Amino acid sequence: MNDSPAVLVHAKGLRKDYGSGEGLVRALDMVDLDVNRGEAVAVMGPSGCGKSTLLHMIGGLDRPSAGELSVAGRRVGELSERALAHLRRDEIGFVFQAFHLIDELTAEENVELPALLAGCTPGEARARATALLEQVDLADRARHLPSMLSGGQRQRVAIARALANDPAIVLADEPTGNLDSAAAFEVLGLLEGLHANGLTLVIVTHDERIAATADRLISMRDGAFVDETRLTGGSRGNLGTFADWERLS
Amino acid sequence: MRGRALLLGRLAASDLRHHAAQAVLLVVAIASATAVLTLAFALNGVNTNPYQQTMAATKGPDVVAQNGFDPYNGVTSPADLAALEALDHAGGVAAHSGPYPIVGDTGPVGPVMRSTDLVTSVQVEGREPGVAAVDQPEVTDGTWIRPGGVVVERSFAEAANLRLRQAITLNGHPFKVVGFAVTAAFGGFPGTSLIWATEPATRSLATKADPLTYISNLRLSDASPRAVDAFINAHSSGSESSPFFTSWTQVAYGDASFLRTDQAFLFTGTVLLGVLALASVAVLVGGRLAESTRRVGLLKAVGGAPGVVAAAFLTENLFLALVAALAGLLAGWGAAPLISKPEADLVGAPGAPPLTLAMAGVAVGVALVVALASTLVPAIRAARMNTVSALADAPRLPKRRDSLIRLSRKLPVPALIGLRLVARRPRRAILSAASIAVTVMGVVAALAIHAGVEHKLAHLGSSGGLVNPDIPRAEQVLTAITISLITLAALTATFAAMATVLDARRASAVTLALGATPEQVRTGLVMAQVIPALPGAILGLPLGIGLYEVAGRHLYGLPPAGWLAAAVLGTVLVVAALTSVPARIGLRRPVAEMLQTEAG
Repeated sequence: MNDSPAVLVHAKGLRKDYGSGEGLVRALDMVDLDVNRGEAVAVMGPSGCGKSTLLHMIGGLDRPSAGELSVAGRRVGELSERALAHLRRDEIGFVFQAFHLIDELTAEENVELPALLAGCTPGEARARATALLEQVDLADRARHLPSMLSGGQRQRVAIARALANDPAIVLADEPTGNLDSAAAFEVLGLLEGLHANGLTLVIVTHDERIAATADRLISMRDGAFVDETRLTGGSRGNLGTFADWERLS
Repeated sequence: MRGRALLLGRLAASDLRHHAAQAVLLVVAIASATAVLTLAFALNGVNTNPYQQTMAATKGPDVVAQNGFDPYNGVTSPADLAALEALDHAGGVAAHSGPYPIVGDTGPVGPVMRSTDLVTSVQVEGREPGVAAVDQPEVTDGTWIRPGGVVVERSFAEAANLRLRQAITLNGHPFKVVGFAVTAAFGGFPGTSLIWATEPATRSLATKADPLTYISNLRLSDASPRAVDAFINAHSSGSESSPFFTSWTQVAYGDASFLRTDQAFLFTGTVLLGVLALASVAVLVGGRLAESTRRVGLLKAVGGAPGVVAAAFLTENLFLALVAALAGLLAGWGAAPLISKPEADLVGAPGAPPLTLAMAGVAVGVALVVALASTLVPAIRAARMNTVSALADAPRLPKRRDSLIRLSRKLPVPALIGLRLVARRPRRAILSAASIAVTVMGVVAALAIHAGVEHKLAHLGSSGGLVNPDIPRAEQVLTAITISLITLAALTATFAAMATVLDARRASAVTLALGATPEQVRTGLVMAQVIPALPGAILGLPLGIGLYEVAGRHLYGLPPAGWLAAAVLGTVLVVAALTSVPARIGLRRPVAEMLQTEAG
């Protein structure tokens, strides 16, 4: 594997340690991963296996302890804090399990925030937010505060926010973890639609229905990849079921 | 009941152990106000002792009588002098001295004294070289008068920077300063610029514009204020020849004027420090509530009524207020001798400042009012908190200010972040602004008074005006109060910044995840303190000038505009520098860790 334009995320021998000495915890252990542009990758595994840590590394929220990691051609371990921020701003969109919307901002203000941080004019940022809220079918909730929205609606606002700067990749950390089935279904449909339009997705999830929509499923345990499955169903498959698949390793 | 008290005591003790730094700040904030208040009260009457000692050392008069004179030309007639001399043998008079000639005491013009660096008008009293039965000035340096040699009243000598053996002229006649002395018959400088000379020398200074008048010093058999007033009333006939009287109580009152000036500053300082303490404690307690949410939930979950929850908050802070009142009382009482030293016109030391029950009551009352006023809102908020969300340690929902959020969209990223943080917690922003306004008010008043004194000093040589020694002395008191204000405001700004950083952890982490740089978020956190500090500092400017107009009596002129601008901008810059530390510390953790901690 290499950093050809087709490969958006490249990790080799990726390691992340917390603490030191007897208290050392190895959250990621020699992880190798390539994610191609337009690909949807699901990462599954038990709690504490390192899924979220991997996502945070890819998203430039944390730095690797060892190994190589490049995102959109930039080596994450070598970037300054400012460069990491620019990477997050320009190339990455985050969707969190806890939504992480700013409580005192309306839906449209939350969605326009990344664009304002990127230096867009208020008019441009608002126009982009309006379009994205329409895309996630929440145009009529644009002026609502997060506290006035359901869980599913909040997550859709979070997805719209993740798309505000037209990122190269969206990283979703348990996007349906806090949602009931109906809301999870809505979010699932939305993510599937984004993937169908060519967006690169890395989704950490416990939800097999979400995983089934991906092109590839990676299983983790104790900080390492233990299984990788290519799903031929992907976004074209049936939601909520594993479609035809072949074991790669 | 006892069980509840025990519980409240335990909660307060455990909270104090875990938040020792905040408890210390709370005590310092309230103690500063009560110390200054105690100091102001402690100055009451401390000058009595030096005045009484000066009376004893100089055989001071109970009444000083000056002859009546022609109101148009100031000339003393034989009848005027006879009326004065008649007092020597009046009923109730136990001893007397005089009449002594005095020149320069009947109008604005007096004999002109020239020294190497000063030209000013003075009053000259003619005395015998020997010892007088009443009012024999106590020579503190040098010797008593002799032909060609004058003695200068000590407080005037200090203000005029005169030295022993210095040559001066009085109306052009050469004299040598042979001594310095104090008296209880006259108030010191600036009320009087007194010089003693021999009687012939004094008479030689009289001119048509400055005719001689005479004074007699009377010792009464009963020197009580009532008896002295009765004596004066009995001998004030209202006729042109009737003498003018000055009682010892009037002189003593005048001699304590510097204490009244100091007291005026101290009472003003108490109000400023009290307001600042209120803001500081409110910021502290508000921040503590955010940290104690889960404990409030636990208290309620195990059956604590809202009253118990509120009491848990109030108990601790009222206890700290009592500690602060005690500390302030002792500090103020201990500091009183530092500023109660009498001025140069008296001898002797001040007595121990009084520590009365009333003083203690007022100090405790002020401390409790400050603590109660600043704790009540958080205590009520805690009592009303929803148990389930408190147990979940859910952050208090921030406020939303449409106008500020709309405005922030048009600003650069750090200002956008800062303004939105301000909009989240408007009460904290108002308290921060108030504390800065009070501080700048004190700084500007101190600068203005300093400028006023400088202004007077600059005109010293040309106009003959001398600076009232009360003013530099009061300026020192004001400077000490201002330093206290600045220290307290600095601590308040730091704690407000810490509270903001803690409160904004999740919002900051999300903003970083969305692509803001750490510098932008750090600057945003600093801006959240600077935004309220700026209007606070600007408001402090006119308030400080107003305070100067009230407190800087007899001073004119304002400090240069550059000083005032520097006071405002300097304060804002200091706030920015102070708050950058907690902002930096608060953002040290990796974003991922902050997001995971704050999830929920």
